[in-house]
Amino acid sequence: MSDFTPVSGLVGGALIGVAASLLLLGSGRIAGVSGIAAGALFSREGGERWWRLAFLAGLIGAGLPFVVFAPEAIGPSPRPLLWLALAGLLVGVGTRLGGGCTSGHGVCGVSRLSPRSLVATALFVGTGMLTVSLLRIFAGAAP
Amino acid sequence: MSPSRQRTALALAAGAVFGVGLGVSGMAKPGKVLAFLDVGGDWDPTLLFVMGGAVGVHFWAYRCMRRRSAPRFAERFSVPAGMPIDARLGLGAVLFGVGWGLGGYCPGPAFISLATLGLPVLVFVGAMLAGMLLVRAVSPGSE
Repeated sequence: MSDFTPVSGLVGGALIGVAASLLLLGSGRIAGVSGIAAGALFSREGGERWWRLAFLAGLIGAGLPFVVFAPEAIGPSPRPLLWLALAGLLVGVGTRLGGGCTSGHGVCGVSRLSPRSLVATALFVGTGMLTVSLLRIFAGAAP
Repeated sequence: MSPSRQRTALALAAGAVFGVGLGVSGMAKPGKVLAFLDVGGDWDPTLLFVMGGAVGVHFWAYRCMRRRSAPRFAERFSVPAGMPIDARLGLGAVLFGVGWGLGGYCPGPAFISLATLGLPVLVFVGAMLAGMLLVRAVSPGSE
């Protein structure tokens, strides 16, 4: 399962950093996907909706060339559907309560050394690791 | 182009670059993400390099930002500041971490995976949006 790919990881990560920097220096906005999604779909402030919808469209559209030319780059989750439904609910509630996810806290917040984002990132990476370990030990779920 | 259109176009480009970064880095493969979270098992440290690449680039964007009075296409920078480190942040990050470890998806990779129209990601994203709406319904006005 585990194939360590540091170079493509670093290159892909740098692209993520470039994208977040474009948004910050161009529009003054944080590239936090959970906040952008919630704002795009549920916000009532109309004027701020379009750039968020555009970001989501770009993000989803970026998947299309992978689907056609490198389908292995976007794998499905190995988890059962019921787990995924519960996981989605937890991620939706958790990111709104915590005000961010892997991108908003993990990349943008950590980059500006925000104490709040450093705490959030340590907590979600820590509990993510704990969850995967417990599931492997007690539910026999190989990641 | 009006500034609002410029921001929309920029967000589309940023979303696309962000998505390509996710696809290249391996973050769009939940199995690989779960292997990163599985520190006690067959650990795949790739995600450390993804984060390193992203933060390494974006850190410089923040330094740039501090030398400027406004972003290129907007009147001001909208960067969160002065938000508390409180129980809400902690609870949110923990719930998000559990959901991340349960499904292997965080919001960014989930959105790019929508391009596959696969059932697992549709279930996850549907539940995630429901979770976001739930927070909105319980504590309206808070972001």
